[in-house]
Amino acid sequence: MIGLPSYLVLAALVFSIGLFGVLTRRNAVGILLGIELMLNAVNINLVAFARFNGDLTGLIFTLFTISITVAEIAVGLAIVIAIFRVRRTVEADRLDLLRG
Amino acid sequence: MTLETVEFWVVAVVLLASSLAVVLTPNLFHAVLYLAAALVATGVIFLLLDQPFLFAVQLLLYAGGVVTIVVFAIMLTERLVGERIRQTSRHLVNGAIVAAAVFAGVAGFLLQAPLTTVRPQRRLQEEPRDATVAIGRALVGPFAVTLLLLGVLLVTALLGALHFARGEE
Repeated sequence: MIGLPSYLVLAALVFSIGLFGVLTRRNAVGILLGIELMLNAVNINLVAFARFNGDLTGLIFTLFTISITVAEIAVGLAIVIAIFRVRRTVEADRLDLLRG
Repeated sequence: MTLETVEFWVVAVVLLASSLAVVLTPNLFHAVLYLAAALVATGVIFLLLDQPFLFAVQLLLYAGGVVTIVVFAIMLTERLVGERIRQTSRHLVNGAIVAAAVFAGVAGFLLQAPLTTVRPQRRLQEEPRDATVAIGRALVGPFAVTLLLLGVLLVTALLGALHFARGEE
């Protein structure tokens, strides 16, 4: 029988992998992909807690986080495209417009 | 070893392998395809947790919608430059150290936390196995205001994305 800790450790692993991607990717789209992985790991946690505690609230929260993630990725990619229009690059290291 | 255990380990291996491929593959387009695989594997984990409705939502919104718009963004930003859609990584060692430290912290917390390891099977026999009806009732009942706020958020995000991507003219 697979218990709750197995799902939580799996989610923690996926979260760490996503964090690694966010920290190491140079391309802004690659960073967004890492953020997607991290949010996905959170969803696994929510659903696992909801299932093992017999509570519906975690499932509702998962629906909300999925929707918010979709909105976030849409705005994020729109910003990436807008940055690309201005700077002709999406390399995160070269996006230093706000540097003082 | 029961069938459920085998299913969990197979899905876990697929999920971890595709997640690693997302952050390690040099080709950005391949990374998006691996992300689609990871998202579908997450949906299968929802299935293992007896949530077929969330599996459908995951497929529709994540694997369908998110992957599509990411592919579009890559084609808009990379093809125009004429370069290969390759990407390099930096600070690999530092990133690995930070990620491993975060995982160690979470895992250490998990080891100490008193967690229920037994699924409440009894509730399943009393209630219908599918939680979709209960989710729908809760969305228009206790969570109705949140659902409305979510609609406002989606419209705002749509307008914001249009504003950013529209250009100067």
